[in-house]
Amino acid sequence: MITADGIPLKVSLARAMMRNKMRAMLLVAPLFLFILFSFILPIGQMLLRSIDNPALVEGIPETLALLEEWDRQDVPSEEVFATLAREMIRGSEDRSIGKVGARLNQEFAGSRSLFNKTIRRVKRMETGPYKEAFLKIDKDWGDVELWKNIDRMGKQYTTAYFAAAIDMRYNGDGELIEQPEYKQIYVKLFGRTIWMSIMVTITCIILGYPIAYLLATLPMRTSNLLMIMVLLPFWTSLLVRTTSWIVILGKEGVLNETLVWLGIISTDSRLELMFNEKGVVIAMTHILLPFMVLPLYSVMKTIPPTYMRAARSLGANPALAFWRVYVPQTVPGIGAGSILVFIVAIGYYITPALVGGSDGQMISNLIAYHMQKSLNWGLAAALGAILLSGVLALYWLYNKIVGIDNMKFG
Amino acid sequence: MKHLLKHTTAIVAGVAAMGFVAAGPAVAADAITAVSWGGSYTVSQQEAYHKPYTAKTGMKINSVDYNGGLAEIRAQVEAKNVTWDVVDLELADAVRGCDEGMLAKLPIDELPKGADGTPAADDFLAGTVTDCAVGTIVWSTVIAYDTNKVKGYKTIADFFDTKKFPGKRGMRKTPKINLEWALMASGTPADKVYDELGTEEGINKAFATLDKIKNDVIWWEAGAQPPQMIADGEVVMTSVYNGRIFNAIAVEKKPFEISWDGQIWDIDLWGIPAGTPRFKEAWEFVKFSTDTQRLADQASWISYGPTRKSSVPLIGKHATAGIPMLPHMPTAPDNFKTALQNDFIFWADNSDELNERFNAWLAN
Repeated sequence: MITADGIPLKVSLARAMMRNKMRAMLLVAPLFLFILFSFILPIGQMLLRSIDNPALVEGIPETLALLEEWDRQDVPSEEVFATLAREMIRGSEDRSIGKVGARLNQEFAGSRSLFNKTIRRVKRMETGPYKEAFLKIDKDWGDVELWKNIDRMGKQYTTAYFAAAIDMRYNGDGELIEQPEYKQIYVKLFGRTIWMSIMVTITCIILGYPIAYLLATLPMRTSNLLMIMVLLPFWTSLLVRTTSWIVILGKEGVLNETLVWLGIISTDSRLELMFNEKGVVIAMTHILLPFMVLPLYSVMKTIPPTYMRAARSLGANPALAFWRVYVPQTVPGIGAGSILVFIVAIGYYITPALVGGSDGQMISNLIAYHMQKSLNWGLAAALGAILLSGVLALYWLYNKIVGIDNMKFG
Repeated sequence: MKHLLKHTTAIVAGVAAMGFVAAGPAVAADAITAVSWGGSYTVSQQEAYHKPYTAKTGMKINSVDYNGGLAEIRAQVEAKNVTWDVVDLELADAVRGCDEGMLAKLPIDELPKGADGTPAADDFLAGTVTDCAVGTIVWSTVIAYDTNKVKGYKTIADFFDTKKFPGKRGMRKTPKINLEWALMASGTPADKVYDELGTEEGINKAFATLDKIKNDVIWWEAGAQPPQMIADGEVVMTSVYNGRIFNAIAVEKKPFEISWDGQIWDIDLWGIPAGTPRFKEAWEFVKFSTDTQRLADQASWISYGPTRKSSVPLIGKHATAGIPMLPHMPTAPDNFKTALQNDFIFWADNSDELNERFNAWLAN
């Protein structure tokens, strides 16, 4: 079949479809680019960073090549030391050697100054023998374990960061072993993060459900007022809300002062609500409550009151009618609210940092610590990757059990 | 992979730069960005360095606050988009940043002579000028307590004695300084502290001492927090930077007292991030702000000692409160008796290890 201008209909149709598709693509292109640059690329980079291990490969490539033939029994030969010395001198110019020391130091304490000290002395040396000189500078160079670690860490990619993120480490021979007990922390913190997020989610359901119910059933004028009371804190800065909790819950804060004034507690037995887990759960519940109330409200709003009346007329008492007829219809709202609150809570950072004290820290605080203080970005990335996969697993589980299309935000 | 990482970093940084940074004032050549720790310390720098420098050269100085560490500098240097020009650093960070190529090497021999004609190399206190940074102040971490609630505090051991002195303590959330103090409190003299910390038993002993007060500690992270915590009654005694608490005592007339026993002193330095397009301007500013007069001027705003010997005779009274500043310096003889210098080499080596251990100790 041919159209009026002589082109086959099929072709003409395909062109028209193509044009439409292009137009649609152009419309979403800004969003796509935005997501690509602000979301997909950074996350991909984080995942890369969690296994990327360039310091030794870039800093001392020739030494590493020589170590391939090393027997791993005795201290390496003069040739290895001479090569390392040469690479140290070269690396101290562009300062790539500093990164080698820093990376080794992350898993083998003391390497940083061992490298720095050695570089300073080696620079002044004219000729070898280097092995002897190295051993004279520091007897640690005679430690086979150090050389095994150099060899092990001289790979472009590593799973060492992930091992560290689950409280394990590699020994010189590449076997996975447990960290010493006094350094085990991450597994415990992942557990606590999940536990605290569950606590926050549950308190949000307990507190949010009646509020949402009131909002949905009260007459418009009263419910509007209530809605403003829910939304007003929601619009207030997170930092302001967190610090106001410090004022309220502190040792000499509003709450404690009031209780002492009322004579309920004595001035020596003031409640400790701040700088511990309790403070974090209270403050986070307050901050995340709107995330629970709003989806619940929008679901409850659509439930016709006639269902309850029908249940009553069929003989159910109010409690039974509520439990058997009303609550099941709000499950999508509870699901949506819970998953929102839980996922936001699991990555919470500012509130635990400000009111957490020592036992209210969450895993994000440790990620921030490795980003900002220890500069161990690889470990931070590995922790972040685990957290991310945890959230994805949760999403998958939710989809299996409840079904993601059952989630309603309004 | 390495290239992929670098390319994506460059792309992301480029996009961010197009969107946010290009419009900022920092790129203009008639201004540089000086980064410091905020609060009364930044004020002292603005009064002593920034304002006179702007008056002299017309160069504007943008003040930015940070909480220490090298993270931002490393991010800027790696993304090749450096917006910070001068950064106030702790010694350990200055050395580490230099080793790992995050800070620019400085032409140290261009530093001006002291006002009395001493060459800069002799005028600066030993160790306060490094390849990549120039020292400005000697500061110290001390114990301060509330005189209304604590009576008869004498030595650092009292800080760890919750029976004799009940009440909460404030401590910086890091093993640095706390481990040193824990050893001093259990009887180690100041000059033996780092020898002992170098051994497993020493570390165990220090953590065991910290254990005794663990439940009574509130941890702080920013320098402005401890004066606030003690003023709020959240703690009865706290570790604190001497300059910050001096302002609370002398200027705001708070009933606090400094105990100098076991003070651990350190220095702050100006460093210049590697790759800033305004290196020349930044270096001019560093030279200006570390001359004899400027360092002496700063001491009239906050009780931190100058790193130049020639500045000491010029130290006068506090700019607003009119108090003579010399007796309040960490280096004043009465305060310095049991002082310990923070050993940055020890911490450069062991901070990865000890921080991990400290974090685990905190969480358990």
